[in-house]
Amino acid sequence: METILIQSILAVIMLGFVFNLAALHTWMERKQSALMQDRIGANRAWIEFPWKWMAPINWLLRPFNALGLFHPIADAIKMFTKEDYIPPKGDKFLHTLAPCLSLFFALLGFAAIPFGNTIEIGGRIINLQVANLNVALLYIFAMVSMGVYGVVLAGFSSNNNYATLGGLRASSQMLSYEIAIGLTIMGIVMIYGSLNLQELIRAQGNYLFGWIPLWGVVLQPIGFLLFLAAGIAETKRIPYDAPEGESEIVGYFVEYSGMKFGMFFFTDYLETVMIACLATTLFFGGWQVPYLTQTGFEFPWGVQIAVTSLWVSIFQILSFVLKVLFFCWLFMTIRWTLPRFRYDQLLRLGWHYMFPLALANVFVTAIILLWVMG
Amino acid sequence: MTIRTKVVERPELNLWEKLYFPEVFRGIFLTSGHFFRNLSLHLFHAVGLFRRVAASVTIQYPEQKWLLPHRSRTRHRLTKREDGSPRCVACMMCETVCPARCIYIVAEEHPDPNIEKRPKSFTIDLGKCVYCGFCVEACPEDAIRMDTKIVDISAYSRQGMILDMNELLNPKGVKA
Repeated sequence: METILIQSILAVIMLGFVFNLAALHTWMERKQSALMQDRIGANRAWIEFPWKWMAPINWLLRPFNALGLFHPIADAIKMFTKEDYIPPKGDKFLHTLAPCLSLFFALLGFAAIPFGNTIEIGGRIINLQVANLNVALLYIFAMVSMGVYGVVLAGFSSNNNYATLGGLRASSQMLSYEIAIGLTIMGIVMIYGSLNLQELIRAQGNYLFGWIPLWGVVLQPIGFLLFLAAGIAETKRIPYDAPEGESEIVGYFVEYSGMKFGMFFFTDYLETVMIACLATTLFFGGWQVPYLTQTGFEFPWGVQIAVTSLWVSIFQILSFVLKVLFFCWLFMTIRWTLPRFRYDQLLRLGWHYMFPLALANVFVTAIILLWVMG
Repeated sequence: MTIRTKVVERPELNLWEKLYFPEVFRGIFLTSGHFFRNLSLHLFHAVGLFRRVAASVTIQYPEQKWLLPHRSRTRHRLTKREDGSPRCVACMMCETVCPARCIYIVAEEHPDPNIEKRPKSFTIDLGKCVYCGFCVEACPEDAIRMDTKIVDISAYSRQGMILDMNELLNPKGVKA
């Protein structure tokens, strides 16, 4: 009973983090693109009370107003109150099911992401991970690749040729990059010898020459670059947005409006957060803080700072959150920097370059592992 | 005679550019440079530093207006004589020259025997006007000008776009 309660609390924390981060992505998208293009960005969703006695509250709301932080709320209100149109000749059931499937599988994957080390509360050791699976990595990739069903169903059930074509483009793209992304992480799995994410992160707490943190990116730089490239392809965002192509080529969700479109939109952001979480976990040491052990900081130049175990946990969770935020920022920067790939270029990149490079990476890693371990 | 041609060579990508990743990094370096420059400028502005350096090129329109060029053609106005009556003598020059045919003048007798006519009504349909400025050029009396600097012309109906003489004589919305 207690275990279920603890797991549900962890699930609520994780969901809260993920939902809020994904909703904030709409704000980040507007503001970051604005800053990158020397603009100001959306700042007109303004909440202000007309009564005089509310002045202190207005004063508190001012920075939120000026930063445009209420735009996600305005978006949500707009999405919920718009007409929800189902094409009359489309499949009503599948048309409704598709966005739900997309969102559902995008959310499920987060269950296996560890956001902190174990903590001890009242003699009970709690693993800061919603589901401690031995095959967490396989599970996450299964969930990510299930997302393709929502996309294909959306294209198929709309009874619209453009939507169907968009769905087909999306499915072939996601399947192609699924293979590349699966191979890029094989190197990591071979080095650390585990599919359990918590153990993968613990193994990344060692040091090379006593001072370089032995994170995945140090051991697998090419694997990391390939993972980033293939991961962005999985999120279906620019430069890999051939399935959607909001501006001109029509994508799989043309026939969607209102909150169902919002769910697809939200799924994109969730997948971005997912890839950011995975990149953090696999290549940037997850919740590891450099030189922080369970008792405090132990710097390689001999300085030691004692930290209580509560603060150690807080530092570790903060470290995880900051790394995820960094990757979200990086993905957003890439999205607003690069132009879209042409569709044939996209598939050629996946099959002719990414896949063989990932294979070569696995091969070289295997040889080095054999050579090092004897 | 032979036709002289100039062969324009298409730039080929060199190996460094074909590798794609270095060029991606160059692009990200450029855009994130703008990002961090503007972000830090916004932060400095918030605490009152470096106000001279603009962090964005945005003009916050309704509060902050763009300075129009001196000779820009904006909404029309009718100029007045010293006694406040319109200078227009209803000669129909502007109505004749108007390519959009948006000016409608009804003439009447002027009480002063030195002046032949005056407009009984002078109406411009701004929904039709193309802002060519021919009416200003054609006017022999300098009675119509396009220098009000009013550019936010809008109405909820086509009827609302039609301006009568009173509005044209008092362009800033002051009722005569």
